[in-house]
Amino acid sequence: MSSTRIMISSDPVPAQASAAASRGRKIARWMLRNPRIAFGAALFGIILLLTLLAPLLSPYDPLQMNPMNRLKPPSSEHLLGTDALGRDVFTRTLYGGRASLMVGFSVAIAATFIGLCIGLVSGYFRAVDNVLMLVMSGLMSIPGILLAIAMTTLSKASVTTVILAIVVPEVPRTARLVRSIVLTIREQPYVDAAIVTGSSVPRILFRHILPNTAAPLTVQATFICASAIIVEAYLSFLGAGTPPEVPSWGNLIAEARNFIRLAFWILLYPGLLLGLTVLSVNLLGDGLRDLLDPRLARQMKARS
Amino acid sequence: MFGYVVTRILSAVPVMAVVATIVFLLLHLTPGDPATIIAGEQATAAEIERIRTSLGLDRPLLQQFVGWLLRILSGDLGTSIYSGKPVTELILQRLEPTVSLALLTLSIAIVIAVPTGVIAAWKEGTWVDWTLMFLAIVFFSMPIFITGYILIYNFSVQWRMLPVQGYRSLSDGIGPFLSHMILPAISLGLVYASLLARMSRSAMLEVLHQDYIRTARAKGLGTSKVLFLHALKNAAVPIITTIGIGLILLISGVVVVESVFAIPGIGRLTVDAILRRDYPIIQGVILFFSFVYVIINLLIDLTYRLVDPRIKY
Repeated sequence: MSSTRIMISSDPVPAQASAAASRGRKIARWMLRNPRIAFGAALFGIILLLTLLAPLLSPYDPLQMNPMNRLKPPSSEHLLGTDALGRDVFTRTLYGGRASLMVGFSVAIAATFIGLCIGLVSGYFRAVDNVLMLVMSGLMSIPGILLAIAMTTLSKASVTTVILAIVVPEVPRTARLVRSIVLTIREQPYVDAAIVTGSSVPRILFRHILPNTAAPLTVQATFICASAIIVEAYLSFLGAGTPPEVPSWGNLIAEARNFIRLAFWILLYPGLLLGLTVLSVNLLGDGLRDLLDPRLARQMKARS
Repeated sequence: MFGYVVTRILSAVPVMAVVATIVFLLLHLTPGDPATIIAGEQATAAEIERIRTSLGLDRPLLQQFVGWLLRILSGDLGTSIYSGKPVTELILQRLEPTVSLALLTLSIAIVIAVPTGVIAAWKEGTWVDWTLMFLAIVFFSMPIFITGYILIYNFSVQWRMLPVQGYRSLSDGIGPFLSHMILPAISLGLVYASLLARMSRSAMLEVLHQDYIRTARAKGLGTSKVLFLHALKNAAVPIITTIGIGLILLISGVVVVESVFAIPGIGRLTVDAILRRDYPIIQGVILFFSFVYVIINLLIDLTYRLVDPRIKY
């Protein structure tokens, strides 16, 4: 797996004047060979920039109500129109992305980390493996959204609660993935050698086994991020998510649902941006998976 | 074989026990006092106390847990805080719309996904494959409510071809049933079909690279015979497994779709329960769906092991 990355990132660059142009060509060729990564990353980058630069791109306040301007269709003044309280839909859509993306990133990091810990322990220590995997199977049998709904209903509405509620159902898949990698790796001769030479268990786990999980976990984290963004929207839509005053995409859509006859744009634009975001992350994940998959990597090497 | 069936059935029991334990612990591991949160901000001390008693939170933990397991085993999923009705009864009342929606969605998804996967695998690496798989990832990424509202806006609001929302039972006739059900089933089915199509494609690719496929081609069998007779039959097991495992997505999706299309099913019951913080209903629905999920996957597993002679016990 690591060999692919070296192959890609350490292409020798000639030191002549054409170095920059040559590197540009190489990047372009690499992007052509990995269109999903290139397209996904570009799309995601644009959306991320739009949400981060929201205050510069829009003169309006996402929470500023203006009863005179209710349900105005898209115009030059309000690019995507206004909602039922006269708030600017374009502004709210951009700001909404901040909450949704923040939830996506946080869930991806937290679920990957927790899944990694459980997977390492479960794969290396036979004694706890059965119990941990049984708990994981149990968690995987509970529909994720319902589990998250139960958790948010039992707590005060806050972004942290929502993140936690989405993390828990995402952990088992990661834990299982890491466990299966550990089970394969621990049979390798170099792990035996490490045991024989007296390496401590933490050293074996972190030094010899952990690096092998990096590539698959990166891919998994990407998919978790995509799924978390959707689940956050579903939870907020169902009234079990981020507090309603936070303009997350789910909340925008939940508010807009009563106006689909009068003002479809209030729902459509945040919805499409939400869909595009999830698409970009999924494309990135798909592309990364094929890139980091050892079998495919070997084929690529054989071809070049 | 009988031994295998018994072992497999028994292996589902610990999973269901873990599910029950997790759901039980949720109420206790959540920070803060659940009775206070469920009661809401304007609740009086007496109301909080009543909820505490009805959830059994005033008794010792172990006693609560044993009582909880025994009640589940007898089919008692608790009592609604809001209406005082048994949760099992509430779920059974709402079962029909949800099951109809799920079955119709499942049929639509399979009808779209399996041929898509087969064609994509057959045309591997061509623009046909590329387009189909791009569509699959697009529909997989599109949140169900967006697809749903776009369909409602076009078919029901603009073109007035279909009713906007609501539900008609199959006993009211197939026409009204389908006209209410087709949009929700498509919105949900597209997500599920995308997942299935991708899985069908990779299962087919695996089979198409086998020697016997080359033999079948070499002896002059037509493409459609090779694809659907030889290849699909052998790719069926992973596809059916995905259908089973993907049901978890379908169940989660049902809750959202019923909310979008105002279908009075179990998902709607859940959403009403969220608004009223009627925790016993949410808890009951989780247990119900999880058990259904485990049992369906158990049945799928048993069936293809009975049907496929290659799988040894």
